[in-house]
Amino acid sequence: MTGRRTNRRDFLKTAAAGASAAMLPLPAIAQGTGGRVVVVGGGFAGTTCARFLKRIDPRINVTLVEASPTFTACPFSNLIIAGLRELAAQQFGYDKVAADHVTLDMAPATAVNAQGRSVTLSNGSQLAYDRLVLAPGVDLRWDGLPGYTEAAAERMPHAWKAGEQTLLLRRQLEAMEDGGTVVIVAPANPFRCPPGPYERASLIAWYLKTKKPKSKLLILDAKDAFSKQGLFQAAWKELYPNLEWVSLSKGGKVNSVDVGAMTLVTDFGRHKADVANVIPPQKAGRIAELAGAADRTGWCPIDPATFESKLQPNIHVIGDASIAGAMPKSAFAANAQAKVCAAAVAKLLAGGKPDEPRLINTCYSIVAPDYGISVANVYGPADGQIKDLGGGVSEANAPSTTRAAEAIFANGWFKTITAEVFG
Amino acid sequence: MNDTRIVTAAALILASIGPVSAAGPADAPPGAASCSGCHPTARFVDTTVPRLIGRNPADIVTAMQGFKSGQIPSTVMNRLAKGFSDDEIKAIAAWYGAQKD
Repeated sequence: MTGRRTNRRDFLKTAAAGASAAMLPLPAIAQGTGGRVVVVGGGFAGTTCARFLKRIDPRINVTLVEASPTFTACPFSNLIIAGLRELAAQQFGYDKVAADHVTLDMAPATAVNAQGRSVTLSNGSQLAYDRLVLAPGVDLRWDGLPGYTEAAAERMPHAWKAGEQTLLLRRQLEAMEDGGTVVIVAPANPFRCPPGPYERASLIAWYLKTKKPKSKLLILDAKDAFSKQGLFQAAWKELYPNLEWVSLSKGGKVNSVDVGAMTLVTDFGRHKADVANVIPPQKAGRIAELAGAADRTGWCPIDPATFESKLQPNIHVIGDASIAGAMPKSAFAANAQAKVCAAAVAKLLAGGKPDEPRLINTCYSIVAPDYGISVANVYGPADGQIKDLGGGVSEANAPSTTRAAEAIFANGWFKTITAEVFG
Repeated sequence: MNDTRIVTAAALILASIGPVSAAGPADAPPGAASCSGCHPTARFVDTTVPRLIGRNPADIVTAMQGFKSGQIPSTVMNRLAKGFSDDEIKAIAAWYGAQKD
């Protein structure tokens, strides 16, 4: 329209185009299709969401983007470290997901164009979407703890992403002499699996008590309180006298690591370790940051009813990467969020209004092979956040039969959830 | 958008309501989807936790009330039952009762 006078006919054409553009986007359903959804991340959150989208409305075109053909689950991986389980029991493929007519694109996502609504993968795929679901899990902050680099993790494993790191920590424990010192470094909140460091401490303590009883286990913690604390500490007192927890206010915060000297450095001193398990600070998986869905904390603020990003329209974030209020970063929560998100996305694509959801989280921790404890809560949106609506932790002072029952239920949970997500 | 397009769009939206069953996954009441984290959907899962699909809704409601009051001993359900209202429990029970394999 520059460079010449606009005649009346041109003006009307432009106005008409503007008018129809203003009416867009039509609900995907009105365009005669179910719409296009791309899900990035094939863990508990992303895989669940992809499959439930197809179940809720088979007309939705769903693509699941995942870098690895095999998923290795984190829950229960602490049992591997203690020699109570093998890695193969944690591994799942995507055959059943493909059988549900979810399109799989097995390559890392490298970019998101939020305005143009497309995702780019490292294999060159360009995937256009009406709605994008990001479920990238966590990335470790390699700049979060001085001295703790990716190379350092080969000497001091994090084992916070299940796989080779899990096996490395197990081998180090197996190679350690009886009488050695194991140190676990636990991060400040928030991080993946809040009770995880303490379940791990319990199971390593079980291994040491069983195989290397002269050894000691120290937890150096950047916090003064942690998930299921009363239950863990009661169990440790009863079962594991060689386990010591050093809280933040007692000088537990590790400020740097000296890998060469196998030493963890706090304000109060230096702790030499024979085996050091460093769980570093974390953030949302990188693609969330590239999409502009992560805030300054490194995590992704979301609408508590739909999991739509508060920063990027048409992008939803579920699982560990999201800021889900009172919900912990757990596999159960990720699976529950994914189902709520799938229902909301299907409704939104059809031009409807999503329901106010209710979500559950149940997290088991194994303290010893026949000793389980749990936290279980119901959640819903309130005041723009996800709030706790009721629940709590296992009863204190429960009989050993209750602890044994919870260990059995924990096993059942793992089989059930992995069957729903990957089976 | 002209009148014809509006009518076409409306017809397509209405048509989309047709194939969705009244008790399908799209109609799960709030909270119902979370239960299958522990209560298996598939028959092949080896767990002591019972399936909810196809159960008599009245039995589910009775159990949930028992968990809530503490009359039925449990490990986890006593805590979770407290997070749901009676109406929410009834809706979840009715929906699971209507599910089929």
